[in-house]
Amino acid sequence: MYAQMVKAEGAKSREEMSEQERVFQDRIDRGEKIEPKEWMPEGYRKTLIRQIGQHAHSEIVGQLPEGNWITRAPTLERKAILLAKVQDEAGHGLYLYSAAETLGVSRDELLALLHNGKMKYSSIFNYPTLNWADIGTVGWLVDGAAIMNQVQLQKTSYGPYSRAMIRICKEESFHQRQGYDILLKMCLQGTHEQKEMAQDALNRFWYPSLMMFGPSDKDSVHSAQSMQWKIKINTNDELRQKFVDQTVPQAEYLGLTIPDPNLKWNEAKGGYDFSEPDWNEFFDVINGNGPCNVERMEARVTAWEDGAWFREGLMAHAKKQDARRAAARVAAE
Amino acid sequence: MATADIAVDQAAYFDWLCRLGDNCLVLGHRVSEWCGHSPVLEEDIALANTALDLIGQTQLWLGLAGEVEGKGRTADKLAYLRDAAQFRNVLLVERPNGDFGQTLMRQFLFDAWHMELLRALQKSSDPRVAEIAAKAAKEVAYHLERLADLVIRLGDGTEESRARMQKALNVLWPYTGELFMADAVDQAVVAAGIAPAPESLKAAWDRTVAEVMAEATLSLPEGTFQHRGGKAGRHTEALGFILADMQFLQRAYPGGTW
Amino acid sequence: MSSEWPLWEVFIRGQHGLNHRHVGSLHAPDAEMAICNARDVYTRRNEGVSIWVVKSNEITASAPSEKGPLFEPSNSKIYRHPTFFDIPAEVGHM
Repeated sequence: MYAQMVKAEGAKSREEMSEQERVFQDRIDRGEKIEPKEWMPEGYRKTLIRQIGQHAHSEIVGQLPEGNWITRAPTLERKAILLAKVQDEAGHGLYLYSAAETLGVSRDELLALLHNGKMKYSSIFNYPTLNWADIGTVGWLVDGAAIMNQVQLQKTSYGPYSRAMIRICKEESFHQRQGYDILLKMCLQGTHEQKEMAQDALNRFWYPSLMMFGPSDKDSVHSAQSMQWKIKINTNDELRQKFVDQTVPQAEYLGLTIPDPNLKWNEAKGGYDFSEPDWNEFFDVINGNGPCNVERMEARVTAWEDGAWFREGLMAHAKKQDARRAAARVAAE
Repeated sequence: MATADIAVDQAAYFDWLCRLGDNCLVLGHRVSEWCGHSPVLEEDIALANTALDLIGQTQLWLGLAGEVEGKGRTADKLAYLRDAAQFRNVLLVERPNGDFGQTLMRQFLFDAWHMELLRALQKSSDPRVAEIAAKAAKEVAYHLERLADLVIRLGDGTEESRARMQKALNVLWPYTGELFMADAVDQAVVAAGIAPAPESLKAAWDRTVAEVMAEATLSLPEGTFQHRGGKAGRHTEALGFILADMQFLQRAYPGGTW
Repeated sequence: MSSEWPLWEVFIRGQHGLNHRHVGSLHAPDAEMAICNARDVYTRRNEGVSIWVVKSNEITASAPSEKGPLFEPSNSKIYRHPTFFDIPAEVGHM
């Protein structure tokens, strides 16, 4: 998902836990929220920083593929909607960084880890947006997948993360709809060329969207501990299945074909059978070899470095003002 | 309709409304280019709000322009299907973003003028103009306050931020004069009581700019040369590139539904 | 880096006259800019009419370990809650 491949330790059994860890685990099992500054296992704290940080990075890197089309949006209304949406993503990044900061790491530190490649962001944002239908498709599939993950994370055990998720889910409810709405217009009222554009976008984004949920549970060594801590609520495969089941009828309504010859309703399991994405491609992208990894990182690093003078200038002014006020107080006394 | 009572050359009125709309459209476009690339998240979000306000104002002004023209052109048609020579924005708003300081300085210089204009337009003889101006004035009052504050802070910040802001001011200064130059189009709407004379806004603008620059420890450029042309459709090379971006889909896929 | 902007906690009072409520945090060089940023970040959907900001590190919080002594005594004063009192249904809404 937005936090794929977050490394965590293996889960401990009750016997392996210290007394403090047992009390902590009991609180989580009772559904209590863990709040900043309360005692928590170091592994819990570290895993959360990685997960929330990665989630935050995904939001701000996620601005780029869509932001790419703000200046090219085809109507004034579409331009405003897309800009508002990409702006929301900046806001969501901000909320998530703030949640991570309650765990004793600063936003600048997290950004430095993003910039030097030590922290990751979701693989999906390393794919290019090549036509306007991609903007519809990203909203429909990528936000759809993200929302599926985020809805369950509202129940996560860490208070600030849960509250950020609640706010994000509330704001994000329009994101998926605006994407689907773009495709509705193009597929149901548009020209033949526009429909082709939409099919092309679906062809390119289908498997990368499935990858967003991370590798299959049987290959995912990190899930058990995170689920025990309620940092993760559903398994990767559960969410992926739910996503496919939800998406297929939506594609049918648009008259689009999901690019998977093996896609078939399975009456027995009450869900679709579908092909796995190419996990080699996934690992290539995660390891920096996706179509846009270099451009995405370059854009983030450039924004940060070119903006240093601005951040420093404002900080310097604030300090000057503080000093002036202090001097004025002294003079008055 | 209100215009029936207002004796004004409709072509001139249309032209003048396009000036208002195109200023917002082109500046909103420029500002939106920063989305995802600003120096800090809080600023990214704030700038997007500014761009959103400007796009909203574009829809209103160009919508009214289409109505006045009476040929069935909507705000979208005007935005997406005119070529550069038909655009009526001042040159200032199409200047490239430059560094972040230049973007902020351009915004401040524009806002300081925009505020005065919108204040006066609320007394327009055309109630439709007064209504749009009243809505926009609230948004622009906030832009101006925020931008004046940022210019002051960055001018009176570090040596580097001061140097960058001074450079931005120097580079943009020759593009501010056009805001106050009147031509036949302006004279027509002024005579009809629709708009204030452009030059009548200058004293207040001068005051605002002088105050802010003084507090920002920046010096006003001494050069008097001023570029002009945008209001009459003679633009810099920059506008063509903006339109190539903005109008690409409408031009490449005519008749599409978006 | 020394130029990192400090963290601020943001409190917003909404349209309906309720108390200021904590809505989240943000970074800003000083209080005035924190207010300004809060307006842009936290009231994008018309959420508020009044904003407070306070520097995060200037908040004094109750220590989590004192949670018991601080809050548990009020657990026993259940008569403070309206549901403590049984009012006959015939009396109507109270």
